[in-house]
Amino acid sequence: METSEIIEKLGLIVTLFAVTLGIAAYATYFERKVAAWFQDRIGPDRAGPFGIFQPLADGGKLFFKEDFVPDQAEKWLFILGPGIAMFTALMTGSVIPWSTDLAMFGQQVALQVADVNIGILFIMGFLSIGVYGIMIGGWASNNKYSLFGAIRASSQMISYELAMGICVITIVMLTGSLSLRDIVNAQHGMNWNVFYQPVAFIVFFICALAETNRAPFDLPECESELIGGYHTEYGSMKMGFYLFAEYVSLFTSSAVISVLFFGGFNFPGMDHFSGNTLALLGLLAMFGKTFFFVFVFMWIRWTLPRFRFDQLMHLGWKSLIPISLINLLITGLVVAFREGWFN
Amino acid sequence: MQSLTDRKKVVSNKEMTFMERIYLPAILGGMWITFKHLFRKNNTTKYPEETRPIAPVYRGQHVLKRDEQGRENCTACGLCAVACPAEAITMVAAERKRGEESLYREEKYAESYEINMLRCIFCGLCEEACPKEAIFLTDRIVPSNFDRDEFVYGKDRLVEDMNDRIDITKRQHTGKRTEK
Repeated sequence: METSEIIEKLGLIVTLFAVTLGIAAYATYFERKVAAWFQDRIGPDRAGPFGIFQPLADGGKLFFKEDFVPDQAEKWLFILGPGIAMFTALMTGSVIPWSTDLAMFGQQVALQVADVNIGILFIMGFLSIGVYGIMIGGWASNNKYSLFGAIRASSQMISYELAMGICVITIVMLTGSLSLRDIVNAQHGMNWNVFYQPVAFIVFFICALAETNRAPFDLPECESELIGGYHTEYGSMKMGFYLFAEYVSLFTSSAVISVLFFGGFNFPGMDHFSGNTLALLGLLAMFGKTFFFVFVFMWIRWTLPRFRFDQLMHLGWKSLIPISLINLLITGLVVAFREGWFN
Repeated sequence: MQSLTDRKKVVSNKEMTFMERIYLPAILGGMWITFKHLFRKNNTTKYPEETRPIAPVYRGQHVLKRDEQGRENCTACGLCAVACPAEAITMVAAERKRGEESLYREEKYAESYEINMLRCIFCGLCEEACPKEAIFLTDRIVPSNFDRDEFVYGKDRLVEDMNDRIDITKRQHTGKRTEK
């Protein structure tokens, strides 16, 4: 590896890290604003103009809270839990292609930290590890409500990851590649996967809601039954990490949805542009789609009430998995027919 | 049976149709309803900057009135304290000395007069019991405080200042207690 390449990648990593954290911080602000608008309120408006410094105030408050570890808790695991949650949430962003190559300092810079050729598997893997943060945190708290939250989180993850994985397989079958860049390049212009796979999109979207523990699938942390679920015993910045990780994964899963189904950085009429203009417009398109899905996630949260646990399991195992399996079968047949297997 | 109200609804437990069972139309309908709320006017009153309108006869913090020459109306008869259902009012009476005629209207006056604002239920019975038009409730709100003792209001905070008289005309019943 050359030095220039290392510097380039380090720069990308730092930029992506900062952008992700910044967006996650402002997602908390935006969530409160959206909630307020949906409920005919104003929302936070005291810290700065329109309350735009609210995330800083929240973060500052969490920093200065007492860093508390309960007596009966498993100390190291208690600290490890939020760390894992944050780490896995941040890692998924690294394989997402944000735009086409950008010419900078006399060389082509790929706006993607790592073009792993199994990118989508990498994301699925890190999503699965993400549940360890919740499980370890809930178990280490030594509190029955936390444990309930952790158990719910793990069963929910297992149930919904299956359907999610099957939807990913249908997309991979259409594209013939596990690399996210290839998947995006195959959706050139307006040739988006959502038009070919609407069922897979709906199933994937529902599963993404469940995987990020967002309403109406926020059973691991429901306030009314489990007094906060897995983060009942947490306070200070450890609590902040859990809440923050939720918003980071909200952002990255919106990005994954737009990459898999809405063409990532592709936009109609992109053939008229080239070079850096195309890269910047693509970046704009990518972020526009991502923010739209962040908004849809919030929209759903403030519309639908929480599922009951048996309804959650019923939906996951008896509806989404059969639907996605049938969809996979039909897609497989169509792909085989197009490849000329039946001639 | 004839129902007493027209709000009666017949409950049915019929099987859901296919469209109802996949829930998506209902979910989209719900999302459309919340989406419409994005464009509604908000109902927020930004409190310290704006306040909600208060009725003219609002019963808030009390005032002990003075007459036109600046003499205190209260004669410490104690009828307000007797009328008070929350027992929030205490007072000590004293006799007016020579030379104090410009301070107190009658021969007897309240040396101390205290209302515990935490006990007070702002019913206005003290005002109704008062034969001297001395105590009135006003449209001022008792401010919050960190200290319980601060809620016992003495004469320093109850008696009105002649330079800054409190308007109680909105609470005076017309045709009653007019000057003869």
